[in-house]
Amino acid sequence: MSINRRQFLKLVGVSTVAGIGGAAVFGGLRNSGLEASQTSPDPRSLKGKRWGFVVDMSKLKSDEDYQKCIDACHSIHNVPDMSSLPEEIRKRQEIKWIWKDNFEHTFPTAPEDEYQNKEMKEKNFFLFCNHCAKPACVRVCPTQATFKRKDGVVMQDMHRCIGCRFCMAACPFGARSFNWRDPRGKDDNGRPFIKPEKENKEFPTRMIGVVEKCTLCYERLAKGLQPACVEVSNGAIVFGDLEDPNSEVRKIIAAKYTIRRKPELGTQPSIYYVIGGGEHAG
Amino acid sequence: MLDKALTGGRRYWTWIFVLLAVIGVAVLTYLKQFNEGLGITGLSRDVSWGIYIGQFTFLVGVAASAVMLVIPYYLHDFKKFGKIVILGEFLAISAVIMCVLFIFVDMGQPMRITNVILYPTLNSVMFWDSVVLMGYLALNLIIGWTTLGAERKGVKPPQWVKPLIYLSIPWAVSIHTVTAFLYAGIPGRHFWLTAVMAPRFLASAFAGGPALLILLALLVRKTTKFDPGYEPIQALGKIVTYAMFANVFLLGMEFFTAFYSNIPGHMHPFHYLYAGIEGQGKLVPLMWASSIFAVASLAILVFPSFRKNEKLLAIACVMLFTSLWIDKGFGLVIGGFVPNMFEGITEYWPTLPEAIITVGVWAIGLLVLTVLYKVAVTVREDTA
Amino acid sequence: MYDSGKIIAGLLAFVVFATFPFISNMGKAGAKPKPSIDTPVINQMQVKQCVESRDFMRTEHMQLLNNWRDSVVRNGDRIYVNNAGQGVNISLQNTCMNCHSNKKKFCDECHNYMAVKPYCWSCHIAPKENAL
Repeated sequence: MSINRRQFLKLVGVSTVAGIGGAAVFGGLRNSGLEASQTSPDPRSLKGKRWGFVVDMSKLKSDEDYQKCIDACHSIHNVPDMSSLPEEIRKRQEIKWIWKDNFEHTFPTAPEDEYQNKEMKEKNFFLFCNHCAKPACVRVCPTQATFKRKDGVVMQDMHRCIGCRFCMAACPFGARSFNWRDPRGKDDNGRPFIKPEKENKEFPTRMIGVVEKCTLCYERLAKGLQPACVEVSNGAIVFGDLEDPNSEVRKIIAAKYTIRRKPELGTQPSIYYVIGGGEHAG
Repeated sequence: MLDKALTGGRRYWTWIFVLLAVIGVAVLTYLKQFNEGLGITGLSRDVSWGIYIGQFTFLVGVAASAVMLVIPYYLHDFKKFGKIVILGEFLAISAVIMCVLFIFVDMGQPMRITNVILYPTLNSVMFWDSVVLMGYLALNLIIGWTTLGAERKGVKPPQWVKPLIYLSIPWAVSIHTVTAFLYAGIPGRHFWLTAVMAPRFLASAFAGGPALLILLALLVRKTTKFDPGYEPIQALGKIVTYAMFANVFLLGMEFFTAFYSNIPGHMHPFHYLYAGIEGQGKLVPLMWASSIFAVASLAILVFPSFRKNEKLLAIACVMLFTSLWIDKGFGLVIGGFVPNMFEGITEYWPTLPEAIITVGVWAIGLLVLTVLYKVAVTVREDTA
Repeated sequence: MYDSGKIIAGLLAFVVFATFPFISNMGKAGAKPKPSIDTPVINQMQVKQCVESRDFMRTEHMQLLNNWRDSVVRNGDRIYVNNAGQGVNISLQNTCMNCHSNKKKFCDECHNYMAVKPYCWSCHIAPKENAL
């Protein structure tokens, strides 16, 4: 049987496709143990479309109110404590997922107002990753090491991060920390940054040269728990789904005057602050 | 052709070994940084990029400036550049290699650098920057090597290089534009959030790169038998003058917008860089030095009679290059980070290890440049 | 041949240098790795069964761990349904190492032999073991 060129080419084409397809099928079979298996979310996990916080400033009175939230977060996430370093170095290299700062620093683009109420001027605010709806850090990351989850959490994949720090340049909120030194290391006096007795053995640490930040306790959300800072805040931090009109966060935002950090930059932060102060005015 | 770099006089080999020694020290210092982390630099959570990224930015400009020779020579048939266009292309190769190395030494996890290719991210400017830089490196390697090889054999370059040469023109513009986009697209960094960032990058590149090329051409004339000629250098001098005026003009625009609008966030970085804030102003002397050098170099360049004197021209080029090196290689990056996102001041100054690594990368660039120029010059000497 | 002395000496030096690792290790076979599953948790199990079959784990555990990592970190899926249809909590520290609490005799045994250095433990906390 003789075939012409056209038929020959067809035959070659078909057999190539079959060959590649076949290889893929057999390759899949070889790994069938893996391919046949599936992953699924933990049934206990909290479900939302855009998680966010409302921070009620009226419920934060003493330094202790702040410190217990900070400690809760930093201890369960094995955030290295660099307080034993010289002040100058600590300020430059410390790692923080949640911290406090004054009004001027928290809202630097709010009108500079020398006549502002003194109490507000001196009050401390909670700061964390804003888990923005349009995060600049995600936009610039060259490896998708930081990305937005379906539930609104701005997540950081420390396995993939190359440590280029573009996200730190891009984040308008200073929410990102870089591991300038080994977080499992020690200061000059041999004191480890992560105290062995405080180490949470159920959660990893990070390694040198990667960027980290608040992950909204994604590991707790998966078990149906609220973020750690929320749990110990005595109602000062309220957690919920901003897309759900019936959530507690939405009810507070609807009822009270709230502000967000640098909303003019269009990143749409998911952290709202109830400033309060009405009781003094009234 | 590379074999031509293996024969040289005592001066040539001394220079090579000096560079190798510097590189050796820098490699050891880099190993320390690799093991202990970027904490050995002067960087901090507030100033998270420093001299490495500054040098990277500056050198992208040097690389892009080769186009200032390619356009007149290949598009306008400006024959006088025929002798030195190869110097521009080889300078671009050396500059891009330094760019890549500066990015590499700045990374926290350099072993994962392939993640940029494994997970290509189209919305990240850094992805595009790596694409255009690698493309530009390849273009210049192919073009430079092929045209020089043809010249050695005394034949015309093959036809297929022509399209590549034309492609290299917009490509050169693209590398510096994309590099400007690294900065100019970031919300919240007032100093960088400016539409004239890319134009200013190009202007400063087309001033600084050719200025360096003038100095290199003079050096080549002094140390070898190959004379790039008086007229091409003068033509470059004109390009430098126009480009530097454009650059200073655009810098003036930045000042106007910041201070006439009176918006605090826009004024603060300028305050910090040129006057200091709250007594903190490590960069103030540098930035003023940059300004004075810029004005002084223009004062020489603007008068043809001064410019025609090659000694004065060289002095002007040294001042101009230094001015831009400070402004773009240092001030530009730091001004974006100070004041920080909380309007607080954290200062930055490179540490000794950081400085050694920076010098080391320059030494690698100079080594590549020396070898490439040696090849080019020897080919010229042989065919002359 | 010009300079034959120099060339031959140079070649010899190269051959010695290139084969040095083989020569120096000749006759010294490394001990065959014997990963141990002798841990309190595994010893109490009625059926000693990992999340997948022994053969599969032996050849594919790295792939499995890679998939697990992406599943949890990137997709938020924390349950792995294995071939037997059982759900397993995806966690290196809390699932794998809960049974294999002897990292040195289990993981390191083969990894050292194969000279692979997975960077898992730069971040994930290894079980506390007594120094061997």
